[in-house]
Amino acid sequence: MFGAENNIQLYQIVAPILPEIGLLILLLIVLSADLFLAPSRRRSVGIVAAVGSLIVMAANLFVGLGMVNDPVFAQPVLGGMLRYDMLALIFRTMVLLAGGLTCLIALDVPKLGQQGEFHAIVLVATMGMSLMSAASDLIMVFLALETTSISLYILAGFLRDTPQSAEAGIKYYLFGAFTAGLFLYGLSLLYGFTGVTNIYALAEPLGRQMLGDANGSFALALALLLLVAGFGFKIAAVPFHFWTPDVYQGAPTPVTAFISTASKAASFVLLVRVFGAVWPEAAAPFWMSMLAAMATITMTLGNLLALIQRDIKRMLAYSSVAQAGYTLMGVVALQSDWGIASVAFYMFMYVLTNITAFTVVIIVSNATGSDAIKDFAGLSRRSPNLALAMVLALLSLSGVPPLAGFFGKFFLFAAAVDAGYVWLAIVAVLNAIVALYYYLTVIKVMYVDETEDTSPIHVTQAHTAVLAITGAGILIIGTVAGPWLAWAISAADSVASTLP
Amino acid sequence: MNSPFLLTIITFTPIVAAVILFLMPDEGRLDPHKDKERITSLRTAIRCIAAAATFISLSVSLIVYFQVNQAYAAGKTGFFLEDGPWTWVPQIGISYHLGVDGVSAPMVLLTGLASFCGVLISWHIDDRPREFFAFFMLLVAGVYGVFVALDIFQLFFFYELAIFPMYILIATWGWKVSREYAAMKLTLYILVGSVVALVGVIAMYFLVQGAGMTASFDIKDLIAARDAGVFDQPYVTLPAVLGGGMVSFAKAWFPFIFIGFGVLAGIFPFHNWSPDGHVAAPTAVSMIHAGVLMKMGAYAALRVGVMLLPEGAQMHLPWLIGLTLINVVYGSLIAMVQRDFKYVIGFSSVSHMGLVSMGFATMNLTGMTGAGLQMFSHGVMTALFFSCVGMVYDRAHTRDIPSLGGFGHKMPLVAGAFIIGGLVSMGMPGLSGFVAEFPIFVGLWQSAQSLTLPGGQVAWYYAVIAILAVLGIVITAAYVLRVIQRVFFGEFDESKWHDPIGDVTVLDKIALAILVFWLVAIGLYPPIMETMVSAGMKPIALLLGGA
Repeated sequence: MFGAENNIQLYQIVAPILPEIGLLILLLIVLSADLFLAPSRRRSVGIVAAVGSLIVMAANLFVGLGMVNDPVFAQPVLGGMLRYDMLALIFRTMVLLAGGLTCLIALDVPKLGQQGEFHAIVLVATMGMSLMSAASDLIMVFLALETTSISLYILAGFLRDTPQSAEAGIKYYLFGAFTAGLFLYGLSLLYGFTGVTNIYALAEPLGRQMLGDANGSFALALALLLLVAGFGFKIAAVPFHFWTPDVYQGAPTPVTAFISTASKAASFVLLVRVFGAVWPEAAAPFWMSMLAAMATITMTLGNLLALIQRDIKRMLAYSSVAQAGYTLMGVVALQSDWGIASVAFYMFMYVLTNITAFTVVIIVSNATGSDAIKDFAGLSRRSPNLALAMVLALLSLSGVPPLAGFFGKFFLFAAAVDAGYVWLAIVAVLNAIVALYYYLTVIKVMYVDETEDTSPIHVTQAHTAVLAITGAGILIIGTVAGPWLAWAISAADSVASTLP
Repeated sequence: MNSPFLLTIITFTPIVAAVILFLMPDEGRLDPHKDKERITSLRTAIRCIAAAATFISLSVSLIVYFQVNQAYAAGKTGFFLEDGPWTWVPQIGISYHLGVDGVSAPMVLLTGLASFCGVLISWHIDDRPREFFAFFMLLVAGVYGVFVALDIFQLFFFYELAIFPMYILIATWGWKVSREYAAMKLTLYILVGSVVALVGVIAMYFLVQGAGMTASFDIKDLIAARDAGVFDQPYVTLPAVLGGGMVSFAKAWFPFIFIGFGVLAGIFPFHNWSPDGHVAAPTAVSMIHAGVLMKMGAYAALRVGVMLLPEGAQMHLPWLIGLTLINVVYGSLIAMVQRDFKYVIGFSSVSHMGLVSMGFATMNLTGMTGAGLQMFSHGVMTALFFSCVGMVYDRAHTRDIPSLGGFGHKMPLVAGAFIIGGLVSMGMPGLSGFVAEFPIFVGLWQSAQSLTLPGGQVAWYYAVIAILAVLGIVITAAYVLRVIQRVFFGEFDESKWHDPIGDVTVLDKIALAILVFWLVAIGLYPPIMETMVSAGMKPIALLLGGA
């Protein structure tokens, strides 16, 4: 299965790691430009990084779609380390988009966007996430995860002079290092009992071990539990979410946007890929019930805690915990045709939506110097279009038509109902109503509350560009959902073909 | 003019208008002192765009209305003026499919009337008019979309599209005292109901798919599945508390879907959002809200609940009618004791919408036709009421009934219009209220004699319900006459008011005239609406065994 490399052409080796190659070249350009440019002109480094990422995204998509019928497509490549398929293609598109937009929204943030190393680290993190999207070997999974995580720890603590940012960095690092240890222990147990590291080769020995031998079955259950803990940390699911509010609040806002979107998307693709492949069918009901419980608790707790937040970044942090809970529904419904497709669709819409929300937060806190929700007062007078962009983002997060979130939630509910989890779908819709309360509260503050400072808010060109891209994306996906869903389904199919 | 695109034009004209409005220059950038002329002309342009869009939709809905009328006269049945089905999200059977029948065509016309009059009455709004009219246009588009949808997913899409602009409109331009509370309450109540119904519809889809039939959200496929008995197969085991045993999908899900949508129709005990919402909303929004939006709930409950799950309707409507009776009687009793002019009308809506659901629950053609007519009649009447209340409030700045008085001297046309509305609401013959309410009571009596309950006995208690519900009408007469007398009659006390109280504008008068015209026209010549509503209700009544 991995040995048919005799007739492999060069392009068949390059294409699967095209984004990594592209990002590496871009990284070198960014680092050397940062070295040679005068400090006053370093803002252009960020533009290069942003535009470069978007070009890599487009190139990867173009090449990938052109290679759908190629023999290496949907096959393990590079010695089984990666699997080049639609799922990888789509999630790479998401993380590259998120990476590019992060560089763009950071441009005009003081002490952040003008630093070349900020953009360089974002590119490294993006590269890690791109590898996470395609990783199909336990070794690669861990390497990609750590490349991403370590870069994100640095980014969270990037403003090291401010205590909040430093605290966020340390906190994120401590939690992350601990769960990475657990995760690695889980991986080594898996390897120890099965003797293979390729996740597509794991299922068969795993099933045999689990059903055959009582001791082995316990150890493997422990191994899977440790994996759940590792993923739970990355996607911010309860009870592994404790870092979320503090890190989201303390980290520089563009970094928060990046962590909440790209990192979550990359972790979900890895989660779907690993669990989709390794869970033996016989054990599925138990794991599904456990994940269903985890989804329920995650969305409920996330939403309830978000209700009482006064800081917009903390509120969005808890909201992102809740969103992870919704998305877990799709993972629970892994055996439905809709499971993986709904996760892919939801993450795509979530990346666009959350970047919109955080961009508005950046602009507003630049103008008011605060992240408090009450300081959004009067935004609809100070900048009606900015308020409208925030309305789009918040309503999309709560799942209102004609915005992307509506279809996203609809497909998740459909997946849950199809897999027989009607109760989970009901829990989720009721949760969506709770969530609506705090999203609407922000809208109310923007439209109804009055403020003394009524001066118009200036929006820079970079921010306008980001809001235009993401806002249009939210509206287009929310109205013409068909093509995107077709992609998501083909991603699901590309994984399903490997399921036992 | 027999183009299939008429319904698309109706729905999308307001959306296009909303987009244009959002793209117009933002007034905040202009200096209110230096650029006075520019601001004035900008605002006039905004208002004209809104008026033009609603007028186009209204005109086209009139054309649609008369075409449906002609189609029924020519003996056709089914849905008319169909547009589609066009592929939308083919993977899960969602299509863009429009069409109307005798039930929805009057609703489309009602939306046209209420929205156009709403724009005329909101002409004076000068706080962020661009946003106000843009959100108003989105709201109107959502409502149109629900009434013309032949795809249940599309129905949901527009249903929820209509709710959110409502939140912003009420919270931002509403009555300062209660707007934030009322807007939030309204949105949450309505959405809880609708999302539960949404899960039910998704379950319906997968049930059809599992049965091996063409699975889609298109109403025609779902009707085919219904006729094949897919929803009547054993579906779920009841918990022991409820008696155990397997029940069908129709029986299990009907109450959730019917009440889920019924929340928006103000069904007891989920009516609580409605008076608060009506009172807090700005006048035009109250008109759409009480006039049209509540009908959207009743319409969806009929279309998705009763029409697709008739077996469930036969089982559950005989007890749900008890809730509708509470609506009718309790709503009017509460209206009786209100001091606030607008709350009187708010609770009267609860009471009158109870009659609509009661008409559905008769499960025979007479009663259901009455319900269909009542939806239109109450819609126009309550839009008229709220516009009159708004006109009085804009001048008096109070709605406290005891402090008002003699306003008939100052605004005679408003008083006249309000009195006509009042007569409609108490069911005076010669006006649309009688045409609507009379068949509902006749239907109740018919059911009392002929409706067989699932247990086999005759539903004799429908007669008791008819008698008690008539009491509700008597109470209605009492509170309407009380309000008319206290607000519009009596001496006008000039000394009480700081500012001189003047008459209403020409635009206001036009709006009132349009609304009054329809109330009288249907009252004098019922066949212009009765024939088509009856023809539209007939297939549903047949399913319930009451045609």
